[in-house]
Formats: sequence, C-alpha cells, structure tokens
Amino acid sequence: MADVHIKGVTKAFGERIAVDNLDLHIADGEFVVLLGPTGAGKTTTLRLIAGLERPEAGSIHIAGHDTTTLSPAERDTAFVFQQYSLYPHLSVYDNLAFPLRSPARKMPEDQIRRRVEDVAKMVRIHHKLSNRSTKLSGGEMQRVAIGRALVRKPSIYLMDEPLSSLDAKLRADLRLELKRIQAELGATMLYVTHDQIEAMTMADRIGILADGVLVQIGSPRTIYSEPANLHVAARLGQPAINLLPVGLLPDAGAPAGTETIGARTEHLSIAKAANGHADGVVDWVEHLGDQNHLHVTVGTRKLVTLTDPDTDLAQGDKIMIRYRSPLYFGADGRRLT
Amino acid sequence: MAEIRVEHLRKAFGDFVAVQDSNFVVEDGEFFVMLGPSGCGKTTTLRMIAGLELPTGGKILLDGEDVTMRRARERDIAFVFQLFALYPHMNVRKNIGFPLLAQGMPRAEIRTRVGETAKLLRIDHLLNKSVSGLAGGDRQRVALGRAIVRRPKCFLMDEPLGTLDTEFRDLMVHELRELHNRIHATTVYVTHDQMEAMSMADKIAVMNHGVIEQFGTPREIYDRPATMFVADFIGSPPMNFLGFGGGLSKGAKEIVVQGAKVAVPEVREDIAPAEMALGIRPEHIRFDDTSKLRGAIYGTEYLGTTQIVAVETADGIIKARVPAEIRLNPGDHVGLALSSARLSLFEQGSGRAVRTEIHDAASQGRAHHG
Repeated sequence: MADVHIKGVTKAFGERIAVDNLDLHIADGEFVVLLGPTGAGKTTTLRLIAGLERPEAGSIHIAGHDTTTLSPAERDTAFVFQQYSLYPHLSVYDNLAFPLRSPARKMPEDQIRRRVEDVAKMVRIHHKLSNRSTKLSGGEMQRVAIGRALVRKPSIYLMDEPLSSLDAKLRADLRLELKRIQAELGATMLYVTHDQIEAMTMADRIGILADGVLVQIGSPRTIYSEPANLHVAARLGQPAINLLPVGLLPDAGAPAGTETIGARTEHLSIAKAANGHADGVVDWVEHLGDQNHLHVTVGTRKLVTLTDPDTDLAQGDKIMIRYRSPLYFGADGRRLT
Repeated sequence: MAEIRVEHLRKAFGDFVAVQDSNFVVEDGEFFVMLGPSGCGKTTTLRMIAGLELPTGGKILLDGEDVTMRRARERDIAFVFQLFALYPHMNVRKNIGFPLLAQGMPRAEIRTRVGETAKLLRIDHLLNKSVSGLAGGDRQRVALGRAIVRRPKCFLMDEPLGTLDTEFRDLMVHELRELHNRIHATTVYVTHDQMEAMSMADKIAVMNHGVIEQFGTPREIYDRPATMFVADFIGSPPMNFLGFGGGLSKGAKEIVVQGAKVAVPEVREDIAPAEMALGIRPEHIRFDDTSKLRGAIYGTEYLGTTQIVAVETADGIIKARVPAEIRLNPGDHVGLALSSARLSLFEQGSGRAVRTEIHDAASQGRAHHG
C-alpha cells in the first residue's frame, strides 16, 4: 500500500470544470470518502488517479512518484465500479483469480489458489467458489467484484459507489464488512458516494465535494460537529440540520455577524410550555420505529428533531425550545466560532 | 373517495402462486402500503386492484361494488408509476393538464382543474414556467399534480420513488404524505423500502412469498412483529435475534439466554420445548458492565447523533443503537442490558411470535379506544 498525493489538479470537459484545483493527500492505510451529489466531480477524481483521465493542470503522486503521465497499467491502482462487471462465463474462483493470472505477473498457480481462498473468506464468498458468477445474487456478485480488486495488492483501492445498486439490508452488512477488510489489510482506499451514511460510517476522513471543489475534509465527527459552512452542515445528519434565522428563538450566545443558526437534535432542548410562554407548537410525532421525528412549527418556520419513542409530547402541544450550543453561520454561509 | 376490499384474493402464474388468499380492507381515505422483498406478490396484488391482471380466485370490491372482472379503465383508479418524469418541452400548466387533455376534457374545464390542482400543491405561481428551469422540489410537485389532476377514486402507486437519490426521496416522502393529509384520497402504495412505509402509511401489509405476514399500523408492526420475517424486514438495523432452548409456560417472566437470565414481558401461552428466539430492537440495548449477557465490540458506525455498535456474542453479531458520545473500540468487552418491557419472543421453527403481555396490553388499549 502507499500514500496518494493530489496537487492542484484541474480537469475540464469542454466548458465545464469537473475538478477544480484539487489538493488531497491520502495517507498510507487511510480510508477517505468523497461525498457529494451527482456531478460534484467524485468519479472524475477517481478516474484521474486511476489514469483513465488526464488532468489539465496539477500532478498526482503515488508512493512519492509522479504518476501524472503514466498509463493506467503502470499506476498499480484497483478500481471497483458501481455496476459489478464479472466475467459471466467464469466461476467465482476464476473471476477472483483473473487479475493474478495476467502474463506480466507469472504468479504460480498454488500461490494464486492461496490468495484467492484468503480473499474469498474475507468477502465471505468461499462457499461459492465453484459457482458460475451468473448464479449469484446481487450482493454476492458485488462481493466477488470487491474481492477481485482485493486479490491484488495495489497502491490504492478506488471505489465508485460500489454498494449503491444493492438493497438497504445488504448495503448495511457490506458497509461494516468493507470497513473491517480495509482495516485488516491496512489498505489505502478512496471511496466515493452520495450516501451520507456510507461516508459517516466508513471513513477515516470525509471530503465534501461540491461543483468540483473540495469544500472541507476531516473526520466524520469533525465534519458533523464543526462544518465549515452551511453547505457542509446540510449534507450530514438525519433528520437534516435545522437552519433558522437569527432572532427566531432566544439566542443570546450568538457571535456578532450571525445570520443563521444551525440546530441538530443535540442542540435543542424541548419541553412542554409552562406558565403561558410558548415558542412553538408540535405538528406531529412521526413514529419511524427506530427513529422518531418531532415536527414543530416556530413562527413561520418548521423544525424536525429526533425524539424519544415514548415522548409524552403530542400534536398541538405548546412547547418551549432553547438552543444548547448550536452552530452559528454568517451572511456568507461560513460557520462562526 | 373509495374503500377497497380484497377477499380471498389469489393469483397463480402456472405452478407459481404469486398471491395466496389475501384479505384486507383499505378504508376510505387511508394511505395503505404493501411492503415486502421483490417477488413477494405486492405488485401483483396492486395490478389486480388496478385491473391490469385478473385474479385466479377471490374478489375485489371498490366501494362495495364487485369490480373483480372489470377492465382497468372502468375502475376510475389512477395508476402512478414513476413520479419524476415530466415532458421537458411543455410548461407546468401543460404538464399537469396532459392527462385531462388525453381524456378529451374541454379546454376551459382543464384550465380550472389545473388551476385548482396547482393551488393545492402551492405551485400556482409557476404555471406558465418551463419545467426545465424548476428546482427539484417543484419538479416533483408538478409530477404529483399530473397524478392527482384526474381526481380518481383512489391512487395506486408502484415504487414511485424507486430511482430517486436518497435526499430527494426523503423530500418526496414528506410531500406525498402532506398531500395525502390535504386530499385524503385512498392510496395503495407498493414499496420494498421500509422507511417509506413507516413514514407514510396509516396501515401496512408486510408480504412474503405471496402471503400477508402482518397487517397493522406502522407502530404495531414495529413494536409487536407477528413473525420473525416481519421483525427482520422492519427496522434499520433490523431486530436482533438471540437463540434459546426449552419451552415456555404461561406466566413466565424470565428466560435464560447464553447463561444469563433475561426478564421478558409476561408470557401468555404455553409453548412446548423448541428452538426459540429472543427478539431485541437495537435501540433497546444499553451497555452495562454488571450484565451477565456479554460480547465484544466488532465495529461501530458513527451516525452523528447516534451510532450503531456491532457486538459479537456467543450467538453471532447483534447491533445496538446508542448515543454517539460513548467511545468504544473494537475488541472491548461489554455487558448488554436489555429493555425488558420491549422484548419479543418467537418460535424459530414457524417464526411465529409468542403471545405476551405486550399483545394483551395493546388489544386492551384498542378496546378502550373503541
């Protein structure tokens, strides 16, 4: 494994700038997730590292070597795509062994066998090694596709939304597995997704991409609790952070220049109104099972927070709401401290 | 406005039975969701209600009238496929009015109807705008407008949000439910996504292999799953199961799992010795060093306000949802304390839930309300 250093990389497709002066250093053994909506430049970044695209400006260094002009084959990266692309006529075993059998490697067959069996165990597909790849379920196919990347020991794994085509349950299982495998291998990994849960749960560091620009990078806890600006704050958290105008609720602690107050569940204390004073009214309590959302109207604004499933608040209740060290944002959208 | 009554509905395709003896009533104005994995028979049921598929047996009554053998277009039902497809070359007004134009409705009437629909969706100020310039939320409202402008007796929706990004989906789930709260049209909605079902439904039917495993409110289904399949299908992460052996007798309030005594809701039926399972929702687990039920941390998933912690026990991995402030490391040994009043018990063979105090409390509660 190796570290990857992207320095001032820009990539344009005609008029459109897909990646804009990107600086990103991925340490050896680090799991970095790039989070952003469709069109933010996530996939282009992966393709630039893999050598499938050439940048207009900047350079890409893998393990200290400038690889900017090298061909994909010379870079030693492994790519997992969104759609699993297995060889349908081959067994699971042969699909996994395929990258090791390239003539350039000349790996002896018994060594290949050991490696394939190890990886098959890791991705929990060893009981199906002799199956045709077309006889697998979607989740199993994606495990094989990930396994095929893992049999090699490249400098970096590049993963492009590898779980997005799977159902929710399988996604949850594979999230945990992938994180465990990455830690076990000490692999360097760059993973892109638009799913905030994947980013939060797997990343050592999350990079927030918007319109080709890396807006913020940091640990999930940092990005969640200290977002650089409104855009980042709104990208993480379920239910989404409440962004309220200053003055809507008592906010004596707000620093000068505060325009917007960001309040997640942990930034609000809510209680039934006593002695006639109320800040808002409960619209409804939404029972989603594991998560229960309290919907509240304050003046002309609506607020959503998590609540206890056994809350005694009910529709129409008048309530008192106070901030507990919320996030403050200025007129330009940046967070104030 | 309509009530939909389905009686002993059955559909076979050759040897394959897609729907087996389904019975349910969707009351007038209700938002009803059929939930299940692919191939469970939910879409086939919906297509039979729509008249796109003829049943092999059973009856479908629309407002008391037997429509089982009627054609789709004689049923006054709107079938909504995907919500987000708009005609890009038409403006908002034309997009919404299109289904009425196709019906041959006079222009003046279309204008009035489209105006009313747009007002209902709060997009009346956008009527003459091009749809290509609209923000995401407004586009979805236009798509919804096109679905409701015909004012059918009921709406049938087959995974209408299936291909949307997560963020958009969350937005649309709330739009759909809000719209329903305003127009109260009977709706049958098919999905495999339990979050959509939990967020929108008045009633849910959970289907598996052509059979309705449970029919009830989202809360009933979540708090008192009738089968292990339902318990596992609902919840994110789903309910955890820990195996235990032996029978149960009426009045029992405690079981032994992995050598640890666990208090459970009082059992209200006798069960002969068999493989049993204790069902625990992730949010009903706390870490408590004094507990005899133990495990080692396998991994944690940080979610901001909360985190999901996977714990390896003698009987496999179970997942707990706890506040994010608690710091844990893989390999740490922890004791697990369970919220006894919220636990479920199942027979592993049949998957059926054992009757306990929580069921009796619920039916008493219902009797009081009734």
